Amino acid sequence: MMDECVSRPDPAGDGTRSARVRPGAVRVSGARLFETVMYVLFLLCGLIAVGFVCFISVYLIWSGLPAIREIGLIDFLFGKTWASTAAEPEFGILPFILTSIYGTAGAIVIGVPVGFMTAVFLAKVAPPRLAAVVRPAVDLLAGIPSVVYGLIGMMVLVPAVREWFHLPDGASLFAAIIVLAIMILPSIISVSETALKAVPREYEEASLALGATHIETVFRVSVPAASSGIAASVVLGIGRAIGEAMAIMMVAGNVANMPSLFKSVRFLTTAVASEMSYAAVGSLQRQALFSIALVLFLFIMLINVALNALLKRKTD
Amino acid sequence: MQARSLSGRRRLYDRTLTALLYFCALLTCALLVFLIGYIFLRGLPHVTWELLSTKPSYLRDSIGILPNIVNTVYLVVLTLLFTLPLGVGAAIYLTEYAGNRRLVSVIEFATETLTGIPSIIYGLVGMLFFCEFLGLGKALLAGVLTLVIMTLPTIIRTTQESLKTVPQSYREAALGLGAGRWHMICTVVLPSSVDGIVTGCILAVGRIVGESAALLFTAGMGMSLNRFFVWTGDLAGSAAATLDSFLHSSGASLTVALYVYAKERAEFDVAFGIAAILMILTLVINLSAKLVGRRLRRA
Repeated sequence: MMDECVSRPDPAGDGTRSARVRPGAVRVSGARLFETVMYVLFLLCGLIAVGFVCFISVYLIWSGLPAIREIGLIDFLFGKTWASTAAEPEFGILPFILTSIYGTAGAIVIGVPVGFMTAVFLAKVAPPRLAAVVRPAVDLLAGIPSVVYGLIGMMVLVPAVREWFHLPDGASLFAAIIVLAIMILPSIISVSETALKAVPREYEEASLALGATHIETVFRVSVPAASSGIAASVVLGIGRAIGEAMAIMMVAGNVANMPSLFKSVRFLTTAVASEMSYAAVGSLQRQALFSIALVLFLFIMLINVALNALLKRKTD
Repeated sequence: MQARSLSGRRRLYDRTLTALLYFCALLTCALLVFLIGYIFLRGLPHVTWELLSTKPSYLRDSIGILPNIVNTVYLVVLTLLFTLPLGVGAAIYLTEYAGNRRLVSVIEFATETLTGIPSIIYGLVGMLFFCEFLGLGKALLAGVLTLVIMTLPTIIRTTQESLKTVPQSYREAALGLGAGRWHMICTVVLPSSVDGIVTGCILAVGRIVGESAALLFTAGMGMSLNRFFVWTGDLAGSAAATLDSFLHSSGASLTVALYVYAKERAEFDVAFGIAAILMILTLVINLSAKLVGRRLRRA
């Protein structure tokens, strides 16, 4: 199409050799303009994700800073009492931070071993027919909405905890840890399984050739080789556990206690969610809730950075 | 053959670990069976036609979840309407147009970050920005816009992966025949990757249906039946009235309704019924995603 312009000896078609603009050239630049427009359009689409992240970060920081400035950073982060509606309000969020940390740690302690072993099972040990049954089960677990987990937790787990441990009310950190552990299982399983499947067969064959059994090879060769992927799955699980709100709202009770296994507690997420509906607009209480969200966001960002560092180490 | 020459300790290690592996896998499956079984057992008996097709009535003292079903449908359709062009566009940029490696990695990092942000924070920012700053109030539109940001990474990632599976030879053939880049994408690349885009849509629908924390503060907890086609006799008036009702009606989705009925109204039967419906939806969505994915891999 474009090559037509180049080799004609009589460009204007009127006997002269002057190169005037020809009809074909207009069509070409029209197409070029259209292409540029589409390129810009797609570039904007691509930049939208970046825009959203920047927007969310900026908005959270902008909403969360005023309360921190008024309450004082140390008092806010390390204060042990949260009494936002008291006559003399106090806004210490240490209980929430510690509860989130303990809750996540508990969920990891229970969920990672089970998830990791299931992943090893799926990737290395299961006969293909059995894996074809277990793997969709894991995918299904991942798709269940968190309110459904919360409902079952509320109706089955909480009364059970109340019975077994003779508590006045079963809603506790313990119930939340169990629910969280179940919820992070699918993430851990799927990412670990992918990492284990990516281990080069040569490693395993070398180990088997040296006389190791299949299980010994799996646990002494494949698992260490997939360690950064497995660590990434754990970090992913941590991210999910820290960010979970709805399921926890239904099983952990809602009292701003310092965390203790069988006391009703409030996580960072539920602290934001539970008081948001009745905090007066413009009040310090409401702005403190935004600050809690900012702290949560910073936690998540830290976890994301750790995740990226781990994944980068895997590919190096 | 090897087993006989193993030492006792090694054999014990072998057997214990194998047993542990099977046990953990069994535990995971048992968990799923218990969850689904319990929900269906307690929920399906309450999923009556009356529940599905009426709205809550104080006069008859009955509860119906038709408004919530309608709200969920609206949320899904409208969110996909906005997210698909943006997400597919971004994915097309990343695979077809991008020249600058650093920009691509920045965009991909941003997409990964968006995936990791908890939904309660989306709900909070959505509430602050859409409901308060833009003045939309607790309305379905605010919920839709928040969900658009949430599901964007899913669409981008799945579309990107399906675009990558289109053979480079297709593109080169089209370009060699003189097509412009956009023309090539439109006629050659996109039709070949439709399956992957559909899978991304199905996954996004799954996420939207299951989302609750982001909707609690943005779309609100309204239980009235939202009609979005208001006919006032003439076209212009209807359009205005529709837009108005759309902007101002809050609507609880199925998940938010479950939360409200379970936690705040102690209507556990209804809550389990909704949970059963959500489970069925999850199963259907999961299955469709797998079927489309299988067609993609076979093609």
